[in-house]
Amino acid sequence: MTARDLIPIAVLTILAALLPLVVTSSPVLNFLVFMLIVALGAQGWNILGGFGGQFSFGHAAFFGTGAYATAILQLHYGVNAWAGLVLATVAGGVVGWVIGFLSFRSGLRGSYFALVTLAFAEVFRILANAASFTGGAAGLLIKLDVRAANLQFDDRAVFYWLVLAFVAAVLLLTRWIQRSRFGAQLVAVRENEDAAKALGVDSLKVKLRAIALSGAVTALSGCLYAQYFLYIDANIAYGSWISVELLLAPIIGGVGTVFGPVVGALTLHGLGEIAKQFAGRIPGIDLIVFGGVLVLAVAFARGGILGLLERLRDRGRGMVTRGPKEVSHAGR
Amino acid sequence: MLAVEGVSKRFGGLMAVDSATLSLQPGGIIGLIGPNGAGKTTLFSMISGFIAPTDGRIRFEGTDITAEEPHRRAERGIGRTFQIVQPFAGLTVCENIAVGAYLRHAKRADAIAKAREVARRVGLGAELDRPAGGLTVAGRKRLELARALATEPKLLLLDEVLAGLNPSEIRDIIPVIRGIRDEGVTILMIEHVMQAVMNLCERVYVLAQGRMIAEGPPAVVCADTRVIEAYLGHGAAARLKAEGAAHG
Ligand SMILES: Nc1ncnc2c1ncn2[C@@H]1O[C@H](COP(=O)(O)OP(=O)(O)OP(=O)(O)O)[C@@H](O)[C@H]1O
Ligand SMILES: [Mg+2]
Repeated sequence: MTARDLIPIAVLTILAALLPLVVTSSPVLNFLVFMLIVALGAQGWNILGGFGGQFSFGHAAFFGTGAYATAILQLHYGVNAWAGLVLATVAGGVVGWVIGFLSFRSGLRGSYFALVTLAFAEVFRILANAASFTGGAAGLLIKLDVRAANLQFDDRAVFYWLVLAFVAAVLLLTRWIQRSRFGAQLVAVRENEDAAKALGVDSLKVKLRAIALSGAVTALSGCLYAQYFLYIDANIAYGSWISVELLLAPIIGGVGTVFGPVVGALTLHGLGEIAKQFAGRIPGIDLIVFGGVLVLAVAFARGGILGLLERLRDRGRGMVTRGPKEVSHAGR
Repeated sequence: MLAVEGVSKRFGGLMAVDSATLSLQPGGIIGLIGPNGAGKTTLFSMISGFIAPTDGRIRFEGTDITAEEPHRRAERGIGRTFQIVQPFAGLTVCENIAVGAYLRHAKRADAIAKAREVARRVGLGAELDRPAGGLTVAGRKRLELARALATEPKLLLLDEVLAGLNPSEIRDIIPVIRGIRDEGVTILMIEHVMQAVMNLCERVYVLAQGRMIAEGPPAVVCADTRVIEAYLGHGAAARLKAEGAAHG
């Protein structure tokens, strides 16, 4: 990675880190933390879906695993919250690898893979809703005990910085993927799996690595969610709402790009929040906005917001627009 | 270096390849010709590991590779191109070739350098940053060749890399193929352009309806009665001879 790769990430992270110095209202900080948690989970989705072209409709399976893992470890086994965070992330990676092994080895692709991930998430939701060690339908409450050692902070800004640090770390990770052999092979598998194999790419191994990484990052976001709100139940942690959010953010922002998931999460939740301010009495107005933004993105910005900006920039320079990029997106 | 021993492939009721045998020594350009639907591409797919044979063995440098995955065979040094080109359409020409180069070069800088070198060799030097999806037919064929070449194969399987090219494009690419051979890469090429086969190949195999019907130097094979009949139908050889006599 070169300085040119790192500077945009560093600049954006520093700017975002300064935000709590200006904004001190709790609801706004709450909103920002939640938005960053979604962005982090979406970054996880993007590793597998964006770079690997394996669209998952069930990333709740990982989000929920991260959330439940840390909650259960703390409540039933007295594990420290920081250790819980590490273990939850690992658990997400393992669950990802297993789901990947079961589906990729039997050659599932495209819509079949999407449906299988959806099914896994639903099965996990139903199990978590029924089992006693997950708290059943009542869910789990992480004990309120505000100490840094417990990953609970007096000041919301501290949690904001923590989540931001993880988002920045995954931005770096994603940039590394983009510049590495692993990333080149992953993208090759997305574009044409047979051609990739002929060039010596072990497509199963590459996809398994991608889904394990993806699951780990999304589980981390789920863990942070549980740790911030200190409460989860099956419909929150394994609910389809989160699968949809994690899928929408990268698509809106720019699938297979480094910043896409973050831009997408910010846009979706920003617009949703604005809509709530203006038409708060209409229930579900933010969902209507999500739908509207998705339709706009699919109709006018196949590469997401970042793809659109890139095309505008190219046009501004008087260059030809990057048509074939659209073709490759439409082909998936 | 390559031994195909009595290999067959059945697709339902159709014997696409019927106990074909073929053996290559290191070095040289060997042709594989035959009418449309003879089973040439299917044989390539079995050598490169994309299709499992119904019967028979494939050995590469003495090792039985019949059951090996395609990527393992590429690691061993078997490179292939696809008759129906398979570019990574959303990537640039350079990125396409780099995927091949990464097989032997783990570092990005090395892989990119290798990709640029290979691109220049096959005449894609000026298109490095163009999206592969925007290349002409000739460009895509060159890209197929470049990607396979970037894996630094010992054995290169070329499936109709000249098809769809005009005569001047063919004239440009023939020296490139010779150059690859001169570096010690063994080439097995499927080709319909007979002039190129005559020009390039030391030896050709002829496949017809899944069976290997002839083998030898191109000039000898093309005069073979069975080969002429395979292409032109039963009795064609006799007709040609009679016509030749009448005109002579
Ligand atoms: N996957 C498949 N399933 C069923 N039949 C197939 C399959 N692949 C090839 N065939 C059939 O097997 C026969 C051999 O096909 P193949 O593509 O190997 O011929 P070829 O010699 O490469 O022909 P061409 O010169 O037209 O490329 C054809 O009759 C074809 O229709
Ligand atoms: Mg063919």
